[in-house]
Parts: sequence; C-alpha cells; structure tokens
Amino acid sequence: MAQDHGSTGTEVAHRAAPSAGTAVIPTDAVENPGFPPYRPRVTDLDPAKEKAQERRVIAMFLVSALGSVLAVVAYIAFPITPGDMESVRTNNLLFGLAGALALLAVGVGAVHWSKSLMHGHDLVEQRHDTRGSEPTRASALEIFRQANEESGFGRRKFLRNSLIGALVVSPVPAVVLLRDLAPAADPVPLLKHTMWAEGVRLTRDPSGTPIRASDVTLGSAFHVIPEGLHETSHPLEEKAKAAVLVMRLKPEQLHVTEGREDWNYAGIIAYSKICTHVGCPVALYEQITHHLLCPCHQSQFDITHEAKVIFGPAKRPLPQLPITVDDEGYLIARSDFTEPVGPSFWERSV
Amino acid sequence: MSTAETTATAQAPARAGESTAPAGNGMRFVGWASNYIDERTSISGAVKFLGRKIFPDHWSFMLGEVALYSFIVILLSGTFLTLFFQASMVEVHYEGSYEPLKGLPMSVAMASTLDISFDIRGGLLVRQIHHWAALLFVASIGLHMLRVFFTGAFRKPRELNWVIGFILFILAMAEGFTGYSLPDDLLSGNGLRIIDGMVKGFPIVGTWISYLLFGGEFPGTDIVGRLYMLHIMVLPALVIAAIGIHMLLLIVNKHTQFAAPGRTNDNVVGAPILPVFAAKAGGFFFIVFGVIVAIAALVTINPVWNYGPYDPSPISAGTQPDWYIGFADGALRLVPPGWEFEIFGGYTLSLNILVPVIVLGLFIVTVLIYPFIEAWVTGDKREHHIAERPRNAPTRTAIGAAGVTFYAALWAAASSDLIATHFKLAVEHVTWGIQAWLILGPFIAYFLAKRICLGLQKKDREIALHGFESGRIVRMPGGEYIEVHEQLSDYERWRLVSFQEYKPLMIRPNAEGKITLRQRFRARLSRWFFEDRIAPVTQKELESSNHH
Repeated sequence: MAQDHGSTGTEVAHRAAPSAGTAVIPTDAVENPGFPPYRPRVTDLDPAKEKAQERRVIAMFLVSALGSVLAVVAYIAFPITPGDMESVRTNNLLFGLAGALALLAVGVGAVHWSKSLMHGHDLVEQRHDTRGSEPTRASALEIFRQANEESGFGRRKFLRNSLIGALVVSPVPAVVLLRDLAPAADPVPLLKHTMWAEGVRLTRDPSGTPIRASDVTLGSAFHVIPEGLHETSHPLEEKAKAAVLVMRLKPEQLHVTEGREDWNYAGIIAYSKICTHVGCPVALYEQITHHLLCPCHQSQFDITHEAKVIFGPAKRPLPQLPITVDDEGYLIARSDFTEPVGPSFWERSV
Repeated sequence: MSTAETTATAQAPARAGESTAPAGNGMRFVGWASNYIDERTSISGAVKFLGRKIFPDHWSFMLGEVALYSFIVILLSGTFLTLFFQASMVEVHYEGSYEPLKGLPMSVAMASTLDISFDIRGGLLVRQIHHWAALLFVASIGLHMLRVFFTGAFRKPRELNWVIGFILFILAMAEGFTGYSLPDDLLSGNGLRIIDGMVKGFPIVGTWISYLLFGGEFPGTDIVGRLYMLHIMVLPALVIAAIGIHMLLLIVNKHTQFAAPGRTNDNVVGAPILPVFAAKAGGFFFIVFGVIVAIAALVTINPVWNYGPYDPSPISAGTQPDWYIGFADGALRLVPPGWEFEIFGGYTLSLNILVPVIVLGLFIVTVLIYPFIEAWVTGDKREHHIAERPRNAPTRTAIGAAGVTFYAALWAAASSDLIATHFKLAVEHVTWGIQAWLILGPFIAYFLAKRICLGLQKKDREIALHGFESGRIVRMPGGEYIEVHEQLSDYERWRLVSFQEYKPLMIRPNAEGKITLRQRFRARLSRWFFEDRIAPVTQKELESSNHH
C-alpha cells in the first residue's frame, strides 16, 4: 500500500491513524470558521407571526380531514354503474383527488410546522470511529479464540472439513426437487415441430375459417392459424409456434431458391410469424417494399428474398411453410415447417 | 462565535423548563403506557439512542426518502390488490362490464385485473397508484444512487451500504417486471415472450431453463402463478430485509453532510429525529403518497383493456416496456445483424442475445464494485463523512457522466421506433445513430464533464482568493475603469476551499526491490484519476491575496 506521506503528526490517538493513501494532507489549510450566527426566522421574532403560522398549520390539518370526508362522499355518491365507463372515470377522479387532498394537506401541514414553528437551531452530534473500541475488539477476538479452543474447530481439521462437505451437498436435493417444474418430456423435439402437417388447411386468425387461394389478392396479407387449432388441448402453445403470415406477390417478384419451387402457390407464400430473434410476432407488413417488420426490436425481413434479414438483430430468415391448394381451392400445408420456428436455441440445428 | 448547540443533550434542560405540560388525564395515560411498555421491552434505551439522533439537511438527501415512501405506498396498494387479483391462467370468457372485451376468452388473471379496474370502486385508482408508485420507486432509487455516486458518499465506511443499495435497485426492477407481467395482457405477454426468447438464447442451459420457468412450452399455464409468488412474497421479503439493513447501516454510519461552516468530518450537524426530522420526514411521506394518488387520479397507466388478453399472434406497433426495463430492451435492439453462429457441429450460439446480456452485466457489476476500485486507487483508509461536491472529484464525475450517457443510449434505443415516427426519420438511421452514440457518447461525456469540473474548480479558486465581480464599475483618478471585486466572508468561502485532493501514486519498489505489475497498474489508474487536479486554496495564499 502506498505510504507517500507519513503520519501528519497531529493524531494522538491510541492507535496509528489509518493511511490517507495518496491524499494530499495540506500543512496550511484554511481554517474552518465555525458555525455562523443563527439567523432567526420571523416566527422566532414576532409572536403574532408565530400565531399566524400556527393557524395556517391547523387549517392544513382541517383541510386534510375534509379531504378524507370528501373521499368517502365521492366513494358513495359516485358509484360505478356496470357498463358505464364514464362512471368509472368519475369515481376514479373524484375519489382520487379527494384522497390526494387529504394526504397532501396533512403532509404539507406537518412539514410547515417543523420548518416554521419547531426549534430551528441546528444541533451537533459527534461522530466516533465506526470500528469497535480496542477493548471491544479484543474481547470479540477472545470469544472466537475461546470458542475455537472449546470446540476444536481449527484443531480437528477432518471433522471441520466433513461438516463443510455435508453442508455444501445438502442443498442438492432441493435443486433436484425443481425438476418437475416442467413436464417429463424433452423440450427439444417439442420446439422442432408444429401443428402443421400435410393437408392441414390454412385458416384465418382468430375466426378459424379456411382461406381460398382466390381470396388472397395481390398485395393482401392474412394472419393465419392451422385448422383445428381451437380444438387442441393447448391452443396458445400451438399458436405460439404455428402462427403464419400469408401474402401474395407476383410470381416473378419472388426469388425462389432451389428446392422451394413448389412451396408457393401462384405467388401466395406463407412465412412463420414468430421472429427468429426472441419470438415476437412479426406482424407489420409493408406492402410496397414487401418487408416484414418486427415491432419489438425492429428486425426486418425481405419477403421477395424468402424473408431474409435485411436489418436488425435477427440472424435467420423466417421459416417458410410449404403450401398448395386442395381440390376445393382452399390453401393447405404441404408439410410441417422444415426447420424449427421462433427464437434460436442451443440444440436448434442438432 | 458558535450559536449551534454543541451537543444534543445540552438542549434538553432549557426546553423542559419551557414546556412543563399540565399533567392532565391524557398525559397521565401516556406516562402509564410508556412505563408499561418500557418495563416489558426496555424501549427507553432505544428512544434515548435514536430520539435525538441528528440528520443533516440537503434537498438531495430526500431522494432516498422518496424511494422508501413510495415503497410503503406500493405495499399498501399492493395488499389491497391481492384481495381481488387471481393469479390463474385458467381460460374463462370475460363477463365483466367492459363491453369491448365481453365474451372474449382470456385468463382469470386478465379477467380479475379488468374486474379490479371496472367493477370495484376505487379499484382502478389503487391499480394506478400501485403502478405509478412502482415507477417512482425505481426512478427515485436510481436518482438516489446518482446522488451517492457523484458526492462520493459511497466511500469508507459506506461501501457495504452501497452494495446493499445496489441490490435494492436490482430487486426493485425484478419486482417491477414480475408485477408488470401479472395481468396476462397482450403487452406483458409479449414482454414474457422476449424473456423466453432471451433465455432460450443462453448456451447449453437456455432451452431447459425456459422449459422449467414456463412449466412446459411457452406460454404455458404456470408462469403468472409463479411470478405472483415471487412478486408478493419472495421479492418483497428480500426488499424489506435489504431496506432494514440499509437503514441500520445508515444509523450506525450516521448520514454524510455537505461541507459548511462548523461542519467537520467528526460531527453531524442538523435536526434531531424528535421532533423536527420526524415531522419533516413524516410529512414528506404524506406528500409523496399524495402526489402519487393525484397522478393516479389524473393520468392513466397501463390500460390493459386497450391491449386485450395475451395471444401469441397479434402485437401492437410502438410497444414500450416500463421505463426501467428500457435499457435492457434497447441493448437487444442495438445488436448489428448476423450475430448468431453455429459451433461444434451444429449448436447455436446466439451472440445477438449473449453480447447485450454480457455488456449489461459488466456495466452493472462496474457500478457495484466502483467504491472498491476507487478505494484501491487512492489507498485512502480513513472514514469520509463530508459529501464531496462533484466538481471536486473531476475524474469520478466524468466516469459517472460517461456511465449515464451509456445508459441513456441504451434507454433511448428502446424507443428507436417511436423516435423514428415522431421525428419522421428512418428507423435504420435512428438505430445507427444510437449505436454511434453508445460507443462515442461516453468518451465525449467523459471529456466534457472533466473539463467542466476543472473549470468550475478554477472558478471557485478564483472567487475564494479574489472575491466575486460586484458589477460596480469605478473610474480611477487616472481615468482607468475597474470593476470592484467583493470579498467573500469566511463562512461563504469555506465551502469553496474545504475539499481534499489526491495526487498520482508514485511507483516504489517493494521490500524485494521489485516493482510489481499490480503496482504498475495501480499507478496507472492513479495517474488517470489524479493527473489533472486543482489544489485547494491554502491559508498562505489567502493571506497574500488579501494584501493587494
């Protein structure tokens, strides 16, 4: 530790003064001028003014009591009529304002009392070292020494270490106990599959009505769920994976990679609506530029280039759902997604 | 010369003489009750110890009080809400009085939140009190931390209390986020979705942690009940315990005070708990409570009925988290595209999530350990009870300014879309702008703050030595015009001259004649901290300046 300066020589304490480190100890610092004279308040000098302030504080307290009464009056006089939003607003406003008045007036009154009427001189208290006095510290040390002596904690090393070992291991059962926070099934296969399968119709969210290819006009976008979603046992969990956006572009606008030629139907394309960043719904479709925007973290996906990322923190394109039409002209899935949807996870590609 | 009483007890006899209260029935009852309690609890000792403890006064000391009082408001309003809120994700069809959502499927949590808002008198008010008080709670803790940081009030012996306060800040944000998620509305559900996505991005354990947290696949039917347990039991218990220790250490260490005539490192000057501080602080509690209630009566917060129940598919544009989560959300937004890789045969490494989490972690850990870093650099082992003026610790103030700028950039990023729409900019440009600000801003803020501090110190020195410009222009006999400088009184000057300075550490070889790497590093830090410094005015300088 740095000892740039010796002791300042002024301390006459029973122990060496703590190190000042690299602090500069001035030899001729300006001297503390001591307390300035007390500046009396008007209430100290003029009994009439003191009386006036006292009345003011009393008035505050009475206003507060009035506010409490008014709050009760508002509670009873302005009840909530079921279905009438105006009555909710009135109840909230009047009960709240009267309550606020009751609280503010008593608070302001008490503070005003303390500032204008209570004894106004500053008082002084001496500080002491935070550390215990030398005899206290010595006694504390002595107690530890004695306890160690009497128990043999330091002497019986194997005993002590076996205790520490037992204590370290003891929380393990409690950790194991947490396993059943989630079901027994492995989450990884669950995350890799959705409700979509060959022949499942694309239906509107939330009505569940099927969509004809002819309904999907150029420039339109549909929020889509698989048929039968509402009948499943866990519709929200399924929807959180299976939500899809369907759009139609001119077929020549689509840049289709090899192997995906039959994934769209006459320019109708379906992409997962769950962002590949952290899973928000990518719900904003910009028709002119054919960009999808995630409102959470502004990742943008270019639909003409198979939803590749053009801006923002997401890395992967939105997974595409291969679609076609059935005999009746309704849009159906050709299969499940060919990769996991939604946010990335460690085992995603394994 | 001194008119302030030298000890608290010296005050007592004079006062007692003035106020010999008539011993009416009331007084007799108080006397009997005090005796009854004391004979069973020995409470008179506590009153003697605490009753006349001195609290120094300064407006900035009120920020921590705001935090404490808004927490009490949170406890009171939260208790009322638990009487009606049902933390269940069982699906029901809403049949309450809010027409637009009638018949819609939603969780019991959402339905009971709507009932609190629309079918229980005062329920909406209490919900809004609870939410506004929570926002104020975190905000006042943040400002209180800034006050403590910039005045060096974290120095010995208060380093541990800084750590406890820091833990409280983290707990407060956790309380806020868990509470925000309870109504199971669209906005909070998307917030949980982001948490799920982030957790899944952690290497190796992420998938499983998310699975265990949500009790299966997202969103599941467990999360609201689990967060509720944390929100109303575990976290409040921890907050109350931490506040207890925080207050206890405050009493043990006594409060810091700003330099003023008569105040030294060895005394505390101010008002005693009984009666002045109790009246002021008690009154201030009611003022804080009153202001929160007034805001709750006038300004809507978190209108979950507009968002609707949670559904994984819809989302509204321009969604914002509560303000204190903004910096974390902003950190996610600022990641450039493409930071995700496959490693060791196909495992996915989501750096677009890990990097912001690590950066935020480093940032808050730096905040946590700053007192220990500064203590190591100065090597100062003395107790410090005088709060420093920020200008008198230029490097610390500059580091603080850099930290605030960094945080502000992250925070602004959470609103990048709203900034873009409000100012008619492209969201890409806003994001790039904030990315640049995040990297460059802290350096600019550091440099500016340090220069401003040194400039203010020079000005202080000038005024202490030569007085201030009086605005009075005098023509000298020779025709020369001068402005008369007015000298400060000794009392006024004290604040300007009574600060401590440090000088850079000189490297010295140790006992073996070696200069260790650790020593070099410390010397380098010390030079960074204290190379530019302004010495306080000395008595000699003062005297010599008075002669001409």
